[in-house]
This record gives sequence, structure tokens and C-alpha cells, in this order.
Amino acid sequence: MKQWHIFLAFFRVGMLGYGGGPSSIPLVKKEVVEKYKWMDDEEFANVLALGNSLPGPIATKMAGYIGYRVSGIVGMINAVLATIVPTIAIMIILLTFLSSMSEEPWVQGMTQAVVPVVGVMLAVLTYDFLKKAKGGLGWIITIVLAVVSLALIEWAGVHPGILIGVLLVYALVKPDKDVGDEKGQQKEGASS
Amino acid sequence: MIYWEIFLAFFIPGIVGYGGGPASIPLVENEVVDRFGWLSVNGFSEMLAMANALPGPIATKMAGYIGYQQAGIPGAFVGVFATVAPSLILMIVLLGILMRFKDSPKVKRMTSLIRPTIAILLGVMAFDFFRTSYVDSGVWQMIGIAVVSFVLMEKLKVHPAFVIVGALGYGAVFLG
Repeated sequence: MKQWHIFLAFFRVGMLGYGGGPSSIPLVKKEVVEKYKWMDDEEFANVLALGNSLPGPIATKMAGYIGYRVSGIVGMINAVLATIVPTIAIMIILLTFLSSMSEEPWVQGMTQAVVPVVGVMLAVLTYDFLKKAKGGLGWIITIVLAVVSLALIEWAGVHPGILIGVLLVYALVKPDKDVGDEKGQQKEGASS
Repeated sequence: MIYWEIFLAFFIPGIVGYGGGPASIPLVENEVVDRFGWLSVNGFSEMLAMANALPGPIATKMAGYIGYQQAGIPGAFVGVFATVAPSLILMIVLLGILMRFKDSPKVKRMTSLIRPTIAILLGVMAFDFFRTSYVDSGVWQMIGIAVVSFVLMEKLKVHPAFVIVGALGYGAVFLG
């Protein structure tokens, strides 16, 4: 019964969450905190904060951890599969159907018309990231980092994974004093 | 061999992609378009449009579909596993340790320091898409579709799924 509830909770999250993992967080909270009461508000906030500070897709980290907390490894596997399998199946069926007729002129027209739409979505996402970066770092550092990233990735051919890895290590190693991070949160326990 | 390549192509975006699925889109593109050449820019954009129009997490939809396309069901499994497992295992194993440091400026700084880089990656992709569209459909179609979809999604708050379905319909009739 518990497994069935885990499945239902994350199946609903997966099927109703448009716009990728981050937009499904409120749905996860509704199921986990309000409906099934597996966690209280505070614990959920902690899990979310931790999930955000680790790499990788947020939706599966949340599902996996909460499933694990509620009923061990089986719960974890159940929750992750319920989150992702239904939508992957739909995706494969639709795109396989489309690409099997990719020679048809109307299918090519569809592809062409959708390219600028995706371009707009990415441009908006770019703007969001820049705005958030400005909030945390200020304009000057944001612009310097952006320009340096552009030069390294596009002209020097550096793999973006390496660049991001270097930045992450730098963030860990840099001494704490002159931190330009969000609001003045307490700086305890950061030194080990 | 192909399974190893699929694993690598999704393991790297999964492990360096901070900020959830959308932040890993340009990293996935870097692997599957630029490095392994499994999809063209057009093919990738078609896949991304479809992934955006469907519900559910974006990173696993991309991994599942591209893995399937390259090596069938086992390929889909490998792609999804590489995306999900490393970060999930990290999450469960490190929970106790990191819980203590979640307010640490170091952890917050990690997220904010890489944002400009992710923004550049996304911006470059947006530019690639517009260039592809310019080459394939001409400048007026490109600008028209871009402006209309921007107004619909950002100003009128129409759900992206409807805008994409609308664009697909328009393309099938007028660009075919």
C-alpha cells in the first residue's frame, strides 16, 4: 500500500509538472507534505535546500531521497521510476513517429517553425540566469565571468564541464571573508 | 561501446549541471551535438521542443529519448541511469554531512558562481537556434515566429505547450 502511494504521488508530479524539474517542486511538496504527510514543512525545506546545492536534475533527487526516506531502496526506485518513466515513454513514441516521416514536407515545416520558439525559450532562460547571477554576484563579476566563459568555451574550445568544475572548486577553496553571496546569512560551520 | 558513450554523454551533464534539469540543457547539447554528433542542431531543437511541450523533468526526457534513439531500450536505460544515479547517490550518501553546511556561504557560492557560465551556454544555444532558423526559413519567418511566441509566452503567459503545438501546426501548413 505504501509503495502504491509513493508511486501515485510521484506519478502525478511527473505528469503534471510542466517546464522541467524546478517547476515541479511545489507539486512534490503538495503530495509529500500536505497529502501523505511523510515530512513536515521544515524537513521538506531542508531536503530541497540540500537538493539545490548538489548537481544533477532536481526532480529525481527529490523523488529518490523522499522515496528512500519513506521506505528504503525499493521506495527510492519506485519514486524515481514513477517520476520519469511515463513521460519518457510518451516522448519516445511521439518523436519516433515524427522522425519516421521526417521526409514529408509538412513534418519539415513543423521542425522549421519550432526552432525559433525554442530559441526564444532559451533566450528567456539565459536572461533568468543572468538576473539571478546578478542578484548573487553583482553586475561586474557576472559580466566578467560571462565574457570569460564565452571566450573560453566558444573560442578556446574548453569543455564547459571543465570550466564549471574549476569554478566549483574555486568556490570551495576560496577563503570566506570577502564573500559576495546572497544576504548576510550566518557563516558558521563553513571552514572544515 | 555505444553504451559507454551514452553513459559519458549524460554522466557529465548530470554531475556538473547545477540548478536542476534546465541548466543541463546546454551541457547535453554540447555532448550529443558537438562531441558525439548524434543529432544536428535542428534535430536537437525538435527534440527539445517536444521535451518542453511534454510534462515531467526535462533532463531525463532528453536522456531517455536520445539513449533510445542511439541504442534502443537498453540505451534509454543507460542514458537515464547516467543522468539520475550519480546525483541521487551523492544526495543520499552526503545528506548527513551537507545538511550541516546547507547555509554555508561556500555551498551558496558554488551555485551563484556558475550561473554566468550557464547563462552564456544558454545564450550561445539560443543564437545557434536563431541562425539555423534564419538559414532554413528566412529572416522574416524567423523574426515573426520568435516575436509572436515571445509575446504569447512571456507577456500573455500562454503555456509553452500550446505555443509549441501552435508553431507545429503553422509549420505543417505554411512552411511545408
